[in-house]
Amino acid sequence: MITLLLIFFPLVAALLLLMVKGEQVKKIAFGAAVIEFIISIAAVAQYQHNADTQFVFNMPWITSLGINFHVGMDGISLLLVLLTTFLVPVIILTSFKKAYSNPTAFYSLILAMQFALIGVFVSLDGFLFYVFWELALIPIYFICLLWGGDDRARITFKFFIYTLAGSLLMLAGLIYLYQHTASHTFDIAELYAAGRTMDVTHQGYVFWLMFMAFAIKMPVFPFHTWQPDTYTTAPTQGTMLLSGIMLKMGTYGVIRWLLPIAPLGVEHWAYFAITLAVIGIVYTSCIAIAQKDFKRLIAYSSIAHVGLIAAGILAGNVQGVQGAMIQMISHGINVVGLFFIVDMLQTRLGTRNIDLMGGIRNLNPQFAVLFLIVLLGSVALPLTNGFIGEFLLINGVYQFNAWLAAFAGLTVILGAVYMLRSYQSIMLGETSVVTATFPPLEGYEKAVLFIICAAIIVFGIYPKPLLDIAEPSVVKLVDGYRTAIGK
Amino acid sequence: MTALILLSALGVIALLAEIFSFKKLLYPVVILGLITTFVLNLVDWNTGKTWYGMMHYDNFAVAFASVLIGVSVLWFIMAEGFFKEESSLTDHFALILFALAGGVIMVSYTNMTMLFLGIEILSIPMYVLAASNKEDVYSNEAGFKYLIMGAFSTGFLLFGITLIYGATGSFDLTTISNLVTGNSAVPSMFYVGVLLMLIAMVFKVSAVPFHFWAPDVYQGAPTSVTAFMATIVKTAAFAAFLRLFTVTFAGSAGMWIDVLWVIAALTLLVGNITAVVQTSTKRMLAYSSVAHAGYMLLALIALNQFTNSSVLFYALAYSIGSIASFGVLSIVAKSRGNDNTDSFNGLAKTNPLLAIAMTVALLSLAGIPPTAGFFAKYYIFTAAFASGYGVLVLIAILASLIGVYYYFRIIIAMFFKEAGTSAAIEVSANHKILFVITILLTVALGLFPDFIIRLL
Repeated sequence: MITLLLIFFPLVAALLLLMVKGEQVKKIAFGAAVIEFIISIAAVAQYQHNADTQFVFNMPWITSLGINFHVGMDGISLLLVLLTTFLVPVIILTSFKKAYSNPTAFYSLILAMQFALIGVFVSLDGFLFYVFWELALIPIYFICLLWGGDDRARITFKFFIYTLAGSLLMLAGLIYLYQHTASHTFDIAELYAAGRTMDVTHQGYVFWLMFMAFAIKMPVFPFHTWQPDTYTTAPTQGTMLLSGIMLKMGTYGVIRWLLPIAPLGVEHWAYFAITLAVIGIVYTSCIAIAQKDFKRLIAYSSIAHVGLIAAGILAGNVQGVQGAMIQMISHGINVVGLFFIVDMLQTRLGTRNIDLMGGIRNLNPQFAVLFLIVLLGSVALPLTNGFIGEFLLINGVYQFNAWLAAFAGLTVILGAVYMLRSYQSIMLGETSVVTATFPPLEGYEKAVLFIICAAIIVFGIYPKPLLDIAEPSVVKLVDGYRTAIGK
Repeated sequence: MTALILLSALGVIALLAEIFSFKKLLYPVVILGLITTFVLNLVDWNTGKTWYGMMHYDNFAVAFASVLIGVSVLWFIMAEGFFKEESSLTDHFALILFALAGGVIMVSYTNMTMLFLGIEILSIPMYVLAASNKEDVYSNEAGFKYLIMGAFSTGFLLFGITLIYGATGSFDLTTISNLVTGNSAVPSMFYVGVLLMLIAMVFKVSAVPFHFWAPDVYQGAPTSVTAFMATIVKTAAFAAFLRLFTVTFAGSAGMWIDVLWVIAALTLLVGNITAVVQTSTKRMLAYSSVAHAGYMLLALIALNQFTNSSVLFYALAYSIGSIASFGVLSIVAKSRGNDNTDSFNGLAKTNPLLAIAMTVALLSLAGIPPTAGFFAKYYIFTAAFASGYGVLVLIAILASLIGVYYYFRIIIAMFFKEAGTSAAIEVSANHKILFVITILLTVALGLFPDFIIRLL
């Protein structure tokens, strides 16, 4: 039942929020998001540390087609649900001083988005998964369309078409699998079984139909062209939702659906797909180095990070997948922190161009320290949360292929280059015209940055609780995968 | 059968209103009459009566007739403006009701003569109604074009029926089916007849390459009439199409299914691509209506246990979406002077209900969850996949993507662009109720489609 509560509480909150007008709407939305977080903590408290799917709820939905409302959580789902419920209140908090037009609609859409995201992470029915997957697209589309920056109509539309194209291919893949199930059902176990009865060629078709959807969502090179524009144009909270949580729908999809359904297909195409991901890592890191717009720089760095996650998952070993789990959490937290810093800089200085900035450290040492912690987390310094994930990921890719791991490892070096260089340019040196004054941090800004920095350091030093949640499920899943491919 | 009698009686009552001058009462009388018909029609469920070998009121007929009548109730609320004119009020009522009666025959015939009668009873009122805006050149053009093209396709239909009669000596669907199934000695003129009938039916559902009449007629006719043609006429035509081809000609599927495959692929692509370049929203919806015929053809090609129920669900979802979108379109076009995409600018600020109703309708037409249109598309894809038409499904997916492009242009205009005026458009209470109903129906059907798809 707690799964149902987790799914539908944000939806109910979103609908009730529609009746509230005025400024208190953000406080109510924040309150709802915090309650949702508490519910998820309660779920963690009840969670048994084993590989079983827990908190299962299964009810017939469209019986004549074998579609059930089947939800439940294992460690992998729970971790991502936790990420979502943790980040949404933080994201709402980051907007506390924003004066968006029509705040009711804005916060309602954020909570509606949370509803769909949780649904994606807990669905155990192919059809239900697809419905939630598509449902997540509509709120974020409107958030970007209504509150975004210049040229948003064109850019968000490109985003919509791209992701919808991927989704429809996934739908075709799911229907194809459905036709191969013994009892014509969308139940996850039946879909797994159906996928595994196919030969490598047909699993290859399924792989590509589904991988396209996930690759576009993440995004993996060369399906990434929607991402920098969309991240740059979207309102800060929209960018955080996209990069912090929505991106994980793609990586989660690969773990939950692709590896178990089409193991032979994954194995057959893994080399190719990981190569694409690695090309993306190097390519987007190089582009990030050349960026002047700080928001765009982080958008590109996000492609590089997620490319490594994708490579680690597709490598198909425990280190890779476990690293992906940790890195999904870390990246979610860090990227929200970074985009918040971008937003703080932009509201204070009126620009995102890093060349125009400088010397802020002297004006506001506190901000400088907090920024540095977030930044070190994202360049994967040991003892920050980014380190464990990237270490495991590169280890996983190394077991797959040493050369690919060597190139994938460049992400750490190149990441350090562009992040530290931008830090230097923004914070150090002499103050410039735009940074002549830098107003002190406000209470809510400190709160957000403290929460994020605390998460970065705590999980950097002691990641065990997170690793423990996911580990049994990851081991089971990877074992299943490796048995299927005969290794 | 009850439905047919009641509808004809209602039509006659509408004509009598002119003589006994109770024109003012006619609108509520007709709505109540239609609701009664809808209910009494359901009584025929599972009875399966046949009438002199001419009509068989099986569950297929009841289900499709219910869709026709139910949608027509919504249509009457949407088209209230069409029944405000004093001069030809009763004609409008009578013609629509007789057309509906023709539709009921088309969903229940078991004899080719009844098919012909049904199509004609449906079509002749539509020719008149298309031209009912007498002052407007385009409306006249629409009526004339529709008449010429319709007559042309009727010619094909009759020719086809004649050849089939010549080959089999019967008009009865079951007799023909029994004669030709598994019989290798069927004269070749039977197959020519099937092809001619196929062309006539494809004509009626406005599939490419026989769709040229549709955009002009849809654009020229009064918007209310266009909505009627896009929903009720199309549903009836598809039901007739299914009855003929899934039962009688299923045995000879090998020779017409490839033809239909090409027609469906062309319809999906041409309909959607042409819709993209339209500036007039009404014409855009006309082309999108052509494209939707393509999806329904997919189910017909699949020719399996899903075919009937998937077309039923698709027709219902599509009809509700069309009623809502044509309804908003006619209100906006009337108040802002034209029906270009620009006339929707800023509608979300001035009239949130209209904007939301339009958005839900367009999302449904585009096939985005959790709307009815999504499930309809999904179900059709499943049907096609089950019979192994994967390539056709991929074409349909590509077509849906193109569809999103032009549907979202209107959504973007409503929510993103600034309106020239901030004045809200006045919307009547009936229309407000209608739009709330369409929104709820679209979402409810999308979330709980089971009870409809189990019917057939």
